[in-house]
Order: sequence, then C-alpha cells, then structure tokens
Amino acid sequence: MQKPSINDIQDEIIEAFSLLDGDVEMANFYLMELGQKLKPLDESDKVDENLVKGCQSKVWLKTEFDKDTLRFNADSNTAITKGLVSLLVKILSEQKVDDIINADLYFIHRIGMNRFIGTQRSNGFAAMIKQMKIYAIAYKSKMERKAS
Amino acid sequence: MGSHYETLNKDILDVQKIREEFPILHQEVNGKPLVYFDNAATTQKPIRVINALTEYYSGYNANIHRGIHTLAEKATSAFEDTRKAVKDFINAREVEEVIFTYGTTDGINLVASTFGRANINEGDEVIISSMEHHSNIVPWQMLCEEKGAKLKVIPINEKGEIIFEAFEKMLSEKTKLVSIVHVSNTLGTINPVKAVVDKAHEYGAAVLIDGAQASAHINIDMQALDCDFYVFSLHKLFGPTGSGILYGKRSFLEAMPPFRGGGEMIKEVTFEKTTYNDIPYKFEAGTPNIADVVAIKKALEFVEEYGKDNIAKYEDELLRYGNEQLQTIPGLKFIGTAQDRVSVISFIIEGIHHFDIGMMMDARGVALRTGHHCTQPLMDIYNIEGTVRASLSLYNTFEEIDIMVEGLKNIVERFK
Repeated sequence: MQKPSINDIQDEIIEAFSLLDGDVEMANFYLMELGQKLKPLDESDKVDENLVKGCQSKVWLKTEFDKDTLRFNADSNTAITKGLVSLLVKILSEQKVDDIINADLYFIHRIGMNRFIGTQRSNGFAAMIKQMKIYAIAYKSKMERKAS
Repeated sequence: MGSHYETLNKDILDVQKIREEFPILHQEVNGKPLVYFDNAATTQKPIRVINALTEYYSGYNANIHRGIHTLAEKATSAFEDTRKAVKDFINAREVEEVIFTYGTTDGINLVASTFGRANINEGDEVIISSMEHHSNIVPWQMLCEEKGAKLKVIPINEKGEIIFEAFEKMLSEKTKLVSIVHVSNTLGTINPVKAVVDKAHEYGAAVLIDGAQASAHINIDMQALDCDFYVFSLHKLFGPTGSGILYGKRSFLEAMPPFRGGGEMIKEVTFEKTTYNDIPYKFEAGTPNIADVVAIKKALEFVEEYGKDNIAKYEDELLRYGNEQLQTIPGLKFIGTAQDRVSVISFIIEGIHHFDIGMMMDARGVALRTGHHCTQPLMDIYNIEGTVRASLSLYNTFEEIDIMVEGLKNIVERFK
C-alpha cells in the first residue's frame, strides 16, 4: 500500500485535534496516547549521537534509507514529547527525500500547537523538524554525488 | 478538606485579604483558576507595588542624585528612602552598607570581581556548599581558575543538610571566603548560617550569604548574623524584577576596588586619573533602576505589615499540610527532607518524567517548576535529572494544595 502524502496525513491530524476543542489537558493526554503507540527505539540506539540538540527533554532520532525514501525512528524520555515526536514520524517517515525537504508543516499552526506546548517546547519541536530535514538534505546530496 | 485549615489559620494570616492585593492571582489559566506555586522563581506583586511604579513614572520620573530641579529631588529622596527601608528590613548598622544591584547573581559577581580579585590568590581556598545555585558556583569557579585558587564543596547528607563537621575540617588559614546559600531554592533547607559565619571567622575567612530564597520567608538580621556580605533579589520579595541588594560591612566595602566604571561612582575625573565616590555610590555606576527601587519600599511595607513571624508560621502550616497530602500519592518521593525548612517542596514521582508532570499540571492551571532548578551538581548528588518543585508563599491556600494533590493523583492514575 502506498504511503499517504504528507499533506493528507497533516489533514488527518488537524481533524483529530479539532475534536479536542482546544482543551489543553485533553491535548496532552492525546499526545501521550500517540506517544505510547510509537515504536520505541532500542536502548542501544538511545545514545548521545542520536540526540536532537535544542530540546529540553531528551529526543533520539534515527534514520534508515530505502532508495529515495527516508524512514525515521524516534523516542523521548518524556511522554508528551514522545507524542509530539510521533506526529512528525507519522508525517515524515517513509516519505520521499524531496518531499521531506520541501514539506510545509502547516498542521503546527492549524492545531494551535504553540498554545498547548508553549514557546520553550515549540523551539524544541522546531529543532526536531530541522534535524529531520537536515538528514533528508544530507541523504539527497549523497545520492547526487553517487549519481554523478 | 483544605478549607478547614483556612479557617483554623485565619488568626495567623488573613489570606483572603492578602489575595485581594494580588490582581494576578484572580485569573484562569487553561480554563482553570490559577494556582501559583512557583514563588521560589519569583513572587507575585501586590497592587501597592504596581501602583508605586505607575505613580513614579506618571508623577516624578527624573534621574537621581545630580539634578537640582524638583522632580529630581523627589525621585532622589524616594530612591534613598528605599535604601533606608532596606537597612531597617535587614537590620544593617548603616545605610551606606546597602548597595543596589540588579539581583542576587549581580551581587555575587560584584563581590567576586572586587573583593575576590583583590583578596583571593594562588593557593587560597573558597568554600561553597553542595546545594548552591549556579550563580553561587560559577562566579567562584571563574575566579579560582583565574587566580589558581581552589574551590571546595561542603557535602550534604541524605536529607539535604550540610555536614557541618566536614565544613569545619575544610577550614584553614588558606580559606579566604565561604559563600553559602541561606535557604536552598531546590530543597528548601535552611542552613545554619550563623554557625557557618562564626566558624569561618575563627579562621579569618570572609563570609557571603546568598539570601535569594531566605528573604521572603525568614528574618534576616545583619547585625545578629555578622556575615560580611549578604545578597538577595527583590523580585522574590514581592518587588519588581531587575533589582537586588548587596549588603556589605563598611570596612569591606571601603577596602574593595570599584566594580563597574562610569557616572555616579566617581568623585573626580580627569583624563589622567579618577578618584572614586564613597560607598554606596562607588558600586552604583550609571543610572540605577530607579522606578523599581522606589517601588520596593512598598514591597517591604507589605511584608512588615503582615510580619515575618506570622508569615513564617503560616507558611510552616502550608508546608506541613503539603507534605502530609503529597505523601498519599503513590510513587512520590520527596527530594530534601531537612529538619529546618521553608515552604519549598521538591519531589519526583516514579515512572513519570517531571516535564510531563509540569505540563499536565499547567493544563490544570497549576504553575509548578520542573527541572534542575539551576542546581545541576545537586541533582547529580541525588542521581536524578530534575524534580517537580512547589514553592509556596503567604498568599497560597490549603485549598490550592488540595487542587495540586488531586491533579497529581489524576496524572498517576493516567500513567498506570
């Protein structure tokens, strides 16, 4: 089965969050549930070199390449952050490298994330996205070098 | 449940009346009434302090000490009135011993850069404790590195109390300064600072006390304590942010070189040479934080109106009740259980990260602090990453403790 597009998944997430009616506590619990569903990383992958810099809590991010797509595996030591990470994994994992690089993650604004995660966590969230895009860009340039 | 205690303790402090003075407390956060339990980070401000700021800016804003016009005169006298009020508040011998700073960190850096640079040399020793805030660690590390001096650290016991015998053994003629926190911001421990001062003085060492957390909770008396320096922040004492106090004994302050150079701190300037002003002005270069300093007088009046003894008594009751109620939460472990404490409660809950607790409690309107509280070495001693901290003030209620405990129980339930 083909993986739904980045925007289709974003729209699904926006829809799900709209049911929470802006209730911060419910959004937290929902994120925790999502986090619990995320496949945990092996303990051996929870190492400093996989840590995303700029997050208040610990977030580990690992990538695997498969032709022109990139798979993300991630984990966090805090439950709500893990939920946040799971959203990004759901959207960006197993997508084409170009699509990851060019992704416009409008869902962040549309679900009003700033309101329930605050500025400090928003910065951490932005760091996660940046790290994912950097992996995609690095992979792309590696592929291009190989091709030439 | 807590409301019963409210009535019982009304004789000590009329908390409902006090709460009326704090406009910020009467709001909803995330649809729930605000419970503000982050007072160790900064206290809220009574309306009289807020009004004093407005009155200053709308009535007599002017630069102080040099202008001869009426507004300058009025502003200068209000600024100096606060200095006198601080002198009385801390029972200093002389008003000149009160220096305005930008806060506790600024005060410690001032002492490190002046007294420290002038008196601490290669091979000398500076003693701090294991429960210091980073602001009472880093300036001394920097100084020791620069001078080739040694930084020694007083160990603590499991409860979070300094081991006094270990401190005694550390002292020698090499000890030039002991810099220790009066009340731990993370553990709430009240340190036996008088005994520390007396013991250090036997060896001729100077003593600086970091009173950032102590000033709002317990009596601070410079003459009784006999420390050489005492620093604190006024925003933790119901005053505006960006202002603090350095108390120093006259003999120390006079012997110290100046800190920042500029206007106000000089007596005479030529391109060849500058002579410095007398204390306290020698240490107050540039235009000070006039409006905030003026408003601080009102914060001190607020505290004195209710009385430090009554405040301490009420907060002790809050602490006792808080401890008792939190104990009923499965998996909760207190960090810091010293005999002598102020109303600061640090804890962890097994299996739940403190950030998650902080965020979920915020969703319920409860403002708690989570993390290492700028005491990373202390976290290392307890082998934890951080704690959840509830720091209570005189306007907090027993009912608010109930709200926090109910919220925590709910979270624990969710994580099962």
